[in-house]
Amino acid sequence: MTISATTIDFTKLRRDFPILQGTNRGKPLIYLDSASSAQKPNQVIDAITQFYANDYANIHRGIYELSERATKLFEDTRSQVKQFINAKSAEEIVFVRGTTEGINLVAQSFGRSQWQAGDEIILSGMEHHSNIVPWYLLKETIGIVIKVIPVTDDGALDLTAYKQLFSARTKMVAVTHASNVLGTINPIKEMTAIAHTHNVPVLIDGAQAVPHMPVDVQALDCDFYVFSVHKLYGPTGIGVLYGKKHLLDAMPPYQGGGDMIETVAFDKVTFAKTPQKFEAGTPNIAGVIGLSEAIRYVQAIGMQQIYQHEQDLLAYALPKLTAIPEMRIIGTATPKVGVISFILDSVHPHDIGTVLDHEGIAVRAGHHCAMPLMERFKVPATVRASFGVYTNEQDIDALIKAIELAARLFG
Amino acid sequence: MSLRELYQEMIVDHGKHPRNFGKLESANHSQAGYNPLCGDKLMVYVRENNGVIEDVHFEGAGCAISVASASLMTEAVKGKSIAEIDKLFDLFHHLVTEGKEPAESIGKLAVFSGVAEFPVRVKCATLAWHTLKAALHNDPIAATTE
Repeated sequence: MTISATTIDFTKLRRDFPILQGTNRGKPLIYLDSASSAQKPNQVIDAITQFYANDYANIHRGIYELSERATKLFEDTRSQVKQFINAKSAEEIVFVRGTTEGINLVAQSFGRSQWQAGDEIILSGMEHHSNIVPWYLLKETIGIVIKVIPVTDDGALDLTAYKQLFSARTKMVAVTHASNVLGTINPIKEMTAIAHTHNVPVLIDGAQAVPHMPVDVQALDCDFYVFSVHKLYGPTGIGVLYGKKHLLDAMPPYQGGGDMIETVAFDKVTFAKTPQKFEAGTPNIAGVIGLSEAIRYVQAIGMQQIYQHEQDLLAYALPKLTAIPEMRIIGTATPKVGVISFILDSVHPHDIGTVLDHEGIAVRAGHHCAMPLMERFKVPATVRASFGVYTNEQDIDALIKAIELAARLFG
Repeated sequence: MSLRELYQEMIVDHGKHPRNFGKLESANHSQAGYNPLCGDKLMVYVRENNGVIEDVHFEGAGCAISVASASLMTEAVKGKSIAEIDKLFDLFHHLVTEGKEPAESIGKLAVFSGVAEFPVRVKCATLAWHTLKAALHNDPIAATTE
């Protein structure tokens, strides 16, 4: 059931974001780079400030009321995240620095402790470097083999080829939920089911999915799911690793230090239980408070409404873009999140980006931390425009005009 | 600072129609250069004789600034000695990072003065020069501007 996006006043919502009243290169800011990082609403900014002003103390260890308050706010957020992604228990929620750290944690703790030379991991050709390099490091250190699901010409995963990549040595599938370059939403529920018939666990990179659509990790049945909070209208330096409890329980610690231990002696250390076992040292407490408010903010809008809003914008933008001469959209497969990568035949992406910058428009021009994907599509780089809750049709109109200007300048 | 001052006519022209473009068969130095930030990739070929550059060509793909800079560089360095080229690189580098025209004339290269207002484009403008320098001083590591 799709609820009409017009029941949400997205115009009024823009006023929650103070930075959108500002400028870029002397012109009103038109922010089309949410896939890189999202802007923050007053509610999140204020929640962090208020926390530091009224409720701040270190957590878990203090014996005074202020510390109890801070600890409760922190641990309540863990339950809130559990509800947000429909995990079975709050103990399956580990706070990390971001998607990148979450994947490194699984690689080093789950992978390194169990896998041997010749064991195989299946990645896809559209992965972000954060879901390539941690596994490459295991290739270099313990000799695992990386197999890659090919990407089709329209920017989807070749599922037939995927099924054939499994062998007796396959130990994990690690794949993105939605591509940060192509926007493609991958059929990860189906892909996870296929992996499970081979008894292979699945890690999902949800960085580009969580901000754009509802996510239910139990329905997906994935074994690990990671996402970053700064893309979800929250602060930087905080992210979430979800893992099925029995897997996390069996994993050795990632980083050592305070908070993740029960007892410490120089000849013997006993470790805390999941999830504390994976949270060494004082965490990004204010980051978690910001996450709490960010979840509240997006849930008040509704993740399905956000998804529909972006679909409406895609339906508005794509015909206008494809009408521009020499325009080539990279990634035409559906369904997709609100991310559009494109090139013009006669103007380099970096030059397009500079013209757009000059018109106040913020987009990303480059390889988007996906060099193998650029190579697959034989482009040096693309321009990427991406949507957030605050994006509207006027932003898209301005984008079109500026692309046409770039084409005229260099054509 | 208007876009016109960054993308002056000469830059757009050299970006679209680069001079000395293509492999140089008689080269005795060559070097690859790469700007990972935006995917500019160049190959510079040099024929050097007794410390003087007789001919220089380049190949590759990149943004208008990087291609135009490579093109104008090849025109500027032909017939010069390695010492003169090192000096010219310094002057060019000052121009694109500070925006002030140097005391000595650098001819057509002055057209890149606008780059100083766009710090993210400095690496595009200097890629060809870094690559040429690496080729002449036989630096085996591929030149990058990262």
